Order: sequence, then C-alpha cells, then structure tokens
Amino acid sequence: MEAFRRVQGRLAPLDRGNVDTDQIIPKQFLKRIERSGFGPFLFYDWAKDPDFVLNRPEYRGAVILVAGPNFGCGSSREHAAWSIQDAGFRVVIAPSFGDIFHTNALKIGLLPVRLPEASVRRLMDLATEDPSLEATVDLETQTVVAAGIRQDFEIDSFARECLLNGWDDIALTLRHEEAIVAFEAARPSWLPSIPAAEPAS
Amino acid sequence: MPRTLTQKIWDEHVVRSAEGEPDLLYCDLHLVHEVTSPQAFESLRLGGRRVRRPELTLATMDHNTPTRGGRAAADGIGRRQLDALEENCRWAGIRLYPMGSRHQGIVHVIGPELGLTQPGMVIVCGDSHTSTHGAFGSIAFGIGTSEVEHVLATQCLWQRRPGDLAVTVEGELPLGVTAKDLVLGLIHRTGIAGGQGRAVEYRGSTVRRLSMEGRMTLCNMSIEWGARVGMVAPDETTFAYLEGRPLAPRGTEWERALDHWRSLFTDEGAHFEAEIRLQASELEPFVTWGTNPGQSAPITGRVPEPADEGAERALRYMALRPGIALQDIAIDRVFIGSCTNARLEDLRAAAAVLRGRQIHPRVRAMVVPGSTQVRLQAEAEGLDRVFKAAGFEWREAGCSMCLGMNPDVLQPGERCASTSNRNFEGRQGAGGRTHLLSPPMAAAAAVAGHLVDVREFAPEAL
Repeated sequence: MEAFRRVQGRLAPLDRGNVDTDQIIPKQFLKRIERSGFGPFLFYDWAKDPDFVLNRPEYRGAVILVAGPNFGCGSSREHAAWSIQDAGFRVVIAPSFGDIFHTNALKIGLLPVRLPEASVRRLMDLATEDPSLEATVDLETQTVVAAGIRQDFEIDSFARECLLNGWDDIALTLRHEEAIVAFEAARPSWLPSIPAAEPAS
Repeated sequence: MPRTLTQKIWDEHVVRSAEGEPDLLYCDLHLVHEVTSPQAFESLRLGGRRVRRPELTLATMDHNTPTRGGRAAADGIGRRQLDALEENCRWAGIRLYPMGSRHQGIVHVIGPELGLTQPGMVIVCGDSHTSTHGAFGSIAFGIGTSEVEHVLATQCLWQRRPGDLAVTVEGELPLGVTAKDLVLGLIHRTGIAGGQGRAVEYRGSTVRRLSMEGRMTLCNMSIEWGARVGMVAPDETTFAYLEGRPLAPRGTEWERALDHWRSLFTDEGAHFEAEIRLQASELEPFVTWGTNPGQSAPITGRVPEPADEGAERALRYMALRPGIALQDIAIDRVFIGSCTNARLEDLRAAAAVLRGRQIHPRVRAMVVPGSTQVRLQAEAEGLDRVFKAAGFEWREAGCSMCLGMNPDVLQPGERCASTSNRNFEGRQGAGGRTHLLSPPMAAAAAVAGHLVDVREFAPEAL
C-alpha cells in the first residue's frame, strides 16, 4: 500500500445518504479479475444523467469526495473502494460509513474521514458554491482544513500508523508467526477441516 | 466477569493482543467464491506467498454462475472468473465445489449443510451475507478482497471487538409471519444503519423457537441494518441440525464439541451497549416499497408520504405514489432464491401456497434453490413438480437474480417480488424494481399478479 500523509485538492459534493456499493460500482463490472481500471464505471447508472454532480466539468479532477451518512453500505465488494480511488479520489468525507467499505478503503489507502453531520454539510455547501475551493486533509495532524476552517477527525490509531507508513499488513502479521503457530497447536481437535483437493503437480 | 456470547468466542480466537492495536484474530473457516477472490490470489502470488491453511478454506462457484445451460451460458468475462477460481484452487490445494458438483451452491447455504459451520467458530468470507453463519452461534462476517488475501496468507485478521447489541424478541410469530418478516420488521424499526459495526445477538423465546433455516434468514440480513455480526446462541435445535452432517464431529469428538458448545451463551448480567425489544405478536408480513431494506411496511399498509429526499428518490425510482395500498402494486416477475430464503424450508413454504394454483399469466416466476443439495432434496420431495405445475421455472443453484451478475436479470422497468435481501436501485438489473418479502408472500404474489396478503390469499397453506 502506498503511504498516505496529506492531500490537498478540490472537493466533489455527492449530496446523498445511504449510498450503497451497488450504486458505486454495479455488479456487471465485478466480473473483472484485475484490480485496476474500475474508475470509468464509478456511479455507472447515476452518471448516465448528464446533470449528475461528478459529470460537471468544474468537479473534474477533485480528489476529495464529500457524501451523506452511511456511505458505502451494502455489499463487501472492494471494487467500490477501488473504483473511487481509480477515478482519482484520495479521500472520502462522510458522517458515517458502511462497516466493510470503511475497512476496505483503509486497506487500500483511500482515506475515509468521519466528520460530524454539520461539518459535512458545511463542506458540501462550500463545494457547491465554489467548486474551485481546495481543502487539505492531513492524516498526521488528523485535520481537514477548508476555507480557513479547521476540523479535527478521529481515526483508529493502528490504521493511521499503517497508512502513514504504507505498511503491508500481511508482513506485519507474519512477524507474529510464533504466536500463530502456538495458537494453531492449541486449537480443539473437533474443529472441522476440509479434505484437501489434489495439489497442482 | 459475566461475558456475552460474542466476547466468549472472541476471547477464544485472539492470537495476539496489545495495547493500542486491534486483536489478531484466528479464522477457523474461510469461504471463497469467484467474484471477490481473484485479485487476492493474484496479489498473494505476486508477493511470493502461499495459502497458509488450505484445509480451512472452501471454495464454490455461486455469484456469476448461470442457473441453466451450464457454464457455456456465462459470458466471456464471467467464464474467465470461473476459470481463475479453478486455477487458483488447484494452485493452492483448496477444495472447490464447481458448477456441476453435487455440493455446489451459494456459499452461505453449503457451509451449514455440509456441517462445516459449527458453534463457537470464527468464519469469514468475501461476502457481506457471511453473518448467515451466526445462526449457529459463531462470529461470522464479510470481508473485502484485501482481507481475503490476508486470511489466505495468515489465517488471521486484525480486528477490534465490536460493541454488543441485543435484539430480544418474545412470543409466538402469528400465522403467516416468517423469520423474513421478523428481520424486515426489525430493520423497519432500526433503519439501515441502526446496527452499524455492532455484534448483534438475537435472543428471546421467538428466536429460540425458530428452526435453523429461520435463524439463518434472520442472521443473514444483519448487514442490512449495518451490523457486522448477527448471532443466535446454540441450543438443542442447533445440535440436532448438525449431528450426522458430513463434516460435523463424530463419536467422542462430537461429545467433546457438544460439551463446549453448551457453554456458549451470554452470561447473566453481561453488558450490552443497547437492547432492542420486539413483540412477535405485533409483527405482520412485511414488504419493501423503496430502494433500501428499511423502506418497508406491513402488507396491509400503504406507500407512505416520503419523509426525506432519500424516500422521494426511492419512490421516483420505484414509480410509486404515496398513499396507494401495497396490495394494489402489480408485479411482472417473482424470484424465490438467494442466501436469505432458498433453503428447503423456504421452498416448502412457497410450494404449499402454489399447490393447485397457477401463476398469473403476466407474471414470469422462477425458483432457484440455494444449493445443489437443496435442489436434489426438493426434487426427491416432488417440490419441483409443484413449482413447475404452477408455472414457475425450476433452476439450478446459484445467487441468480439476487444480484444479477449472471444471465438472470430484470429488464428496465420490470417489477419483481423477491425473497432476496437487497432492493437497491438496479440490484436485480439496471432499472429493475424490487420488493422484498418472504417465500410464501412471493408465491402468493406470483399467483395474484400483485402484492397480496398471503394470510387471506392462501390461509390453508400456512
């Protein structure tokens, strides 16, 4: 994962609540076996409307997506986070997030920022009034600064460390190999295991 | 210190715990399907890593599998994904139940029916409806592809323990009211973010009286109100379901397991962040009118005045006006299937309504068993003949029109009564309109040609 420290750029206001992952990336695009190339299909059905906010030229190149509560609810498809990142966004700001989407975003270095509903509303209004407005999201200081207003945000300390350092969390886990082996040795014998398939020759 | 059921299972699975860090949690079972795994396998290989415990991993094909015409009926990209799963499983030595296998089926249906889903386990899968397995008293939750890769490589996950929430339901469910109505009624009350990130334990006399199938339906939809985990403490119903299943423990192992499983309940006085209480007698068959599972009403009700912009959008998308009776909504399609409602008990309940009846001439209806085993059992009981005689299409197992990743999709503007779990815009096909309901309600709607109260329509079938 690429390290994340600080992002400065324009905001795109998606003024809708309960945006589910089926809207972010519809199912017909989940058949691909690659991790990249999902950007053009972001909000595929909504984007058919020429007035859809992300179609407006003034929001092209925005790096911070601002959305309503419960953003990313629904399915576990990481494709949702990939498509947002692939479309050029580095940060999503919302009052709350779907649980699995939130984890997926953190794992790929797309920063989900929870702010109080009133603060999100203000950012939404600012970005609507002035699409050229830039904001700075700083993970180190845990702040969002826009139009001279500074907002602190909370984030899981472990996730923050991983993001700031761009750590590969599998490597992190494998440092505890001894603990895993010890745990495995003590697992109860009644727990199921699946008869193995023929391994590749 | 009294502990909740979640806490007991959690404590048994912590590999490492340190101040300021999430716990490193061990996963007893990792279920894999074709859609959320290819990128994980690829990244694993690129990193020069291997699958740590292939024997704790099981794969099947379900999401984009055609339900008739076999693999050839899948489109090119879909087939590539099925091929990738096959290759990846061969590479890693993971048991795969592909299309055509007698154990193939929706990942959340086959785990329990194989006896692989057992009390006290931690179970993960790259699918949000993994909470289904919580019906057995296990911690089961959906993960994304990065975490799939992490589990493949380490059999562990970094997790913070979610807060505990209790849902207590007391009394007897009225005739014609199913576990589906119970969970739709619950989400109607809590809203779709009411359980966000929490571990939910469903308790009370109503839940105790539910069959394992009913408990699976209930736990399945936990994610639809935002919960990470939904579970029911194991009891005699659980043990009776498990005993003798192919991968359940046997002999002295069964006795030892049983001893342990009997300790899996929430202690008296254990702390929940909150408790939601429901009276079963107040529930009715529920139907959704909007574009999320919380936008619902009892079948005797009407489409409400929109309370916010989201509801206004939903009504526009669904082409419904406030004030119309739900029973006046005509439908074009009926789908009985999905990991929510495609087990044998669901098919029996729908078939009971269809016996001696014909579906409405305008309606196209299909039933998609949750697994190949469910299909074979249903055929042995003659349920397929009941469905076919009524005018239903009888299909092969898969996720089918629950998410429309395969040839089974709604056409734009088509309106469907569906036993699945999500009525999001376009979920069953771009422009398609979904009304969620129970299997008997879906069967009744197929016959009537519109949403209808099964209690009045087919009282003899309940």
